[in-house]
Amino acid sequence: MTGKGKKINDIGLSREDYKGKPSTLCLGCGHNAIVGQIISACHELNILPESLIKVSGIGCSSKAPTYFMDRSFGFNGLHGRMPSLATGALFADTSLIGIGVSGDGDTASIGMGQFKHVTRRNLPMLYIVANNGVYGLTKGQFSATAEQGLALKKQGQNRYVPVDIVWEAIAGRASFVARSFSGDPQQLKALIMAGLHHKGIAVIDVISPCVTFNNHDDSYHSYAWGKSHEVALHELSFVPPVQAIKVQYAEGETINVPLYDGTHILLKKLAHDYEPTNRAGALEMLEEANNRNELITGLIYINPKQSTLFDLYDLPDIALNRLPAEKLRPSPESLAEINQIMY
Amino acid sequence: MAQTQSKKPVQRRLSGVNEFSINIGTENGSGSQTANLTILRAIFKMGVPVSGKNIFPSNIQGLPTWYKIRVSQSGYGGRRKEADIVVAMNPKTFTADQGDLVKGGLFLYADDIKDPIERDDMILVAMPVKKLVKEAKPHRDLRKFVANMIYVGVLANLLGIEMEPIKAALDYHFKGKESPVEFNIKMIERAYQWAEENLDLEIPYKIEPRDLTGNAILVDGNTAAGLGTIYGGMHFVSWYPITPATSLPEAILEYAPKLRLDPETGKSTYVIIQAEDELAAIGMCVGAGWAGLRAMTATSGPGLSLMAEYASLAYLSEIPIVIWVVQRVGPSTGLPTRTAQGDINLAYYLGQGDTKHIMLIPGNVKECFEFGWKALDLAEKYQTAVFCLSDLDLGKNQWMTEPFEYPDTPIERGKILWEEDLEKIKDEWGRYRDLDGDFIPYRTVPGNIHPKGAYFARGTGHDEFANYSEHPEVWRKNLDRIKNKIDSSKADIPEPVITKIREAKNGIIAFGSMDAALVEALDYLKADGVKLNYLRLRSLPASDQVLDFIRSHEKVYVLENNRDGQMHGILSLELPEKAQDMISIAMLDGLPINAEWIREAVLNEETD
Repeated sequence: MTGKGKKINDIGLSREDYKGKPSTLCLGCGHNAIVGQIISACHELNILPESLIKVSGIGCSSKAPTYFMDRSFGFNGLHGRMPSLATGALFADTSLIGIGVSGDGDTASIGMGQFKHVTRRNLPMLYIVANNGVYGLTKGQFSATAEQGLALKKQGQNRYVPVDIVWEAIAGRASFVARSFSGDPQQLKALIMAGLHHKGIAVIDVISPCVTFNNHDDSYHSYAWGKSHEVALHELSFVPPVQAIKVQYAEGETINVPLYDGTHILLKKLAHDYEPTNRAGALEMLEEANNRNELITGLIYINPKQSTLFDLYDLPDIALNRLPAEKLRPSPESLAEINQIMY
Repeated sequence: MAQTQSKKPVQRRLSGVNEFSINIGTENGSGSQTANLTILRAIFKMGVPVSGKNIFPSNIQGLPTWYKIRVSQSGYGGRRKEADIVVAMNPKTFTADQGDLVKGGLFLYADDIKDPIERDDMILVAMPVKKLVKEAKPHRDLRKFVANMIYVGVLANLLGIEMEPIKAALDYHFKGKESPVEFNIKMIERAYQWAEENLDLEIPYKIEPRDLTGNAILVDGNTAAGLGTIYGGMHFVSWYPITPATSLPEAILEYAPKLRLDPETGKSTYVIIQAEDELAAIGMCVGAGWAGLRAMTATSGPGLSLMAEYASLAYLSEIPIVIWVVQRVGPSTGLPTRTAQGDINLAYYLGQGDTKHIMLIPGNVKECFEFGWKALDLAEKYQTAVFCLSDLDLGKNQWMTEPFEYPDTPIERGKILWEEDLEKIKDEWGRYRDLDGDFIPYRTVPGNIHPKGAYFARGTGHDEFANYSEHPEVWRKNLDRIKNKIDSSKADIPEPVITKIREAKNGIIAFGSMDAALVEALDYLKADGVKLNYLRLRSLPASDQVLDFIRSHEKVYVLENNRDGQMHGILSLELPEKAQDMISIAMLDGLPINAEWIREAVLNEETD
């Protein structure tokens, strides 16, 4: 080991092997930090880049997949409609890992419908929302997550109450819902790792400041506000299966959430005494935190046992897109029978 | 085009034995479809060619609905303007239904309708519907439904429809469930007996058993298209309910579980998913198509409008998908339960920018099956969106047709590279590089773990290696290649069907469900002394054969079921030098165009 970038993981790949094209986002953009943590998480989890697909919609956030994992298939689709793209694609080979990167406009405005339906269907994928409360590429309009009263240069004051993506995801029956802050890289990476091992949809709402259009100290989506108002629910670590045996769970101080594949999420209690497995409790906690003007981060809701979209289909072991042609066309005899009954 | 007066009367050789039409007016939701299909199927079982059209409202229960049965041993399947027999079961349309009858036709009606009989040239039969139903003592809930069996029984008696095929039809309808079959048969027999004892009529209409249906089948176009898709090896269907397309994916839901389980493992070799809207339905298809699945969706005009942006993405990023469009009347919500060919322009050019898609246009239900599988092959071969344009008349009505033919070519997956293929490929592969000089690049699909296999698909400008590019030359070159690729499909897409007659100087072009009525109209016109060569267009972009047909005729009529003559416009753009010789014959009122109207419209032009 001669440096961070040179560290070789268990499948013989260095961090370099997980990189994408150089970012063309603004210097200091929160989204770059998200990209960095996706790269680190995938590297540390020994994910073969070719076994992962990355999809996105339209917007600054949706450019992000270009900047990580060049060796993975990617599709930069339409505004607000990444979930449908991901649904069709992941059915082709259900062993693929899916990462979707969306934004607050892409998810909470134009894409709200598809967002709610992909959570409801519990499509196994990691769904990251890079949430900055503002439209970047069209240069500084309010998004649906912008707080009421926010003042922006050209737009004046925001009249409307914001959409809370975490609340919507929980109400939409997503099976893994978290919030993080791109100024909190350690927590973000742990959540991404856990999300990648979760069986079902893992939604992470990442408050990701826009340094160009929405980073005033009093803005909810700024670095300064996030740093001074963040209340982490717990100190969170993702425990791969090898280490799981060694970890001692101190009773009363930690919550251990086992995932389906033998990995664990370990939550060390902090400010709140909080169990993330209760849907109604999660919403109540969010409402209270909101009243206290806190930016709650951490794993807010998880149900590792909820059945996924793929569980509802009796698919072959071999990927659908590798089925040989002869498996796809019924026999001539079957058509003769159909012709007999058509009347 | 305005309705014109006949220059010469249509020859009345269409009323008689095995040659007549029945118009049945009932109330929506009263179960009349069971009765109507029973008549239709029984006549078919007697070996006599027959077709049925449901003229229905956008409603679950209560509004008027009609069923038109065309019995034609000459094989005509189009709608007749008038009916030889009218069955009037609905008081709300009692007066109007009298207007549909030919002079001296047979008018059957429920005797509890007290509205006035306004014509004195009809053969009247007042059926004691309520009395006969009451005597049969059906369960209270069933009264309304079995009432329709009365006209089945009366018609069976008057026309000579045999009881054996009626029973077979009911068995089929109720999938062998004994009690409804038995009760309905009893009701029919009761009505038959009443007619036997009380009616003594001289009518020219009769069903005489023939051997003219051979191994033909009776089926609707949506079922045919659904089955074609299944035999085409589709992997993925996503859809959103919309009239009149819904029964297409529903046919897949019905038949795929029987046909598409892997015989070795019993696992499902396909996925069907009802999406939250048409935006998602096509989005899922594009995702699936990108990832190497043969994907299909089905919709109608309003849904097609919503699909525009994804269609444009499929075109630019070169993703194979198939979109079935079962057209209904627009603009807007229009007439959701009536037929049209009004989305030709919308489908052909769907999407922002210079999009122009491959379009297949089945002209009968057999072709709905054939194009069902062919479209999937073409989409993968040309790596693009392929549209199949059907309509309500073709998709939702019962047509007699030759049996479905098993695909005569193997499944075509196009240029897909897997790991071992990438090892073998000599030139440097790039997702959008034209290595073969045929404008069609090679593609890889997710799951391919070769280190050089992955690429980044996008709706933005890209170079041959799929990298983002705003370079003017890169953009122009790529878009030109895509245009050439689509144009090169002309050699592969279904060629036109041309029917020539001697000494014809003029021609007529039609497509889709127009065929049935036009074939009949051409016979009338021949008798009128008007000779037309007929080209049935089956795909776009228009091939040389189509353009040669236009060039080689003095005048060419383009017949279509819309207001503005959309296909006429497309063909005029293809061949501007002949545009003035192309004459649009277009009409849209929600009903299938009939032969009489076509004849009059052509005669009007010919004598101008």
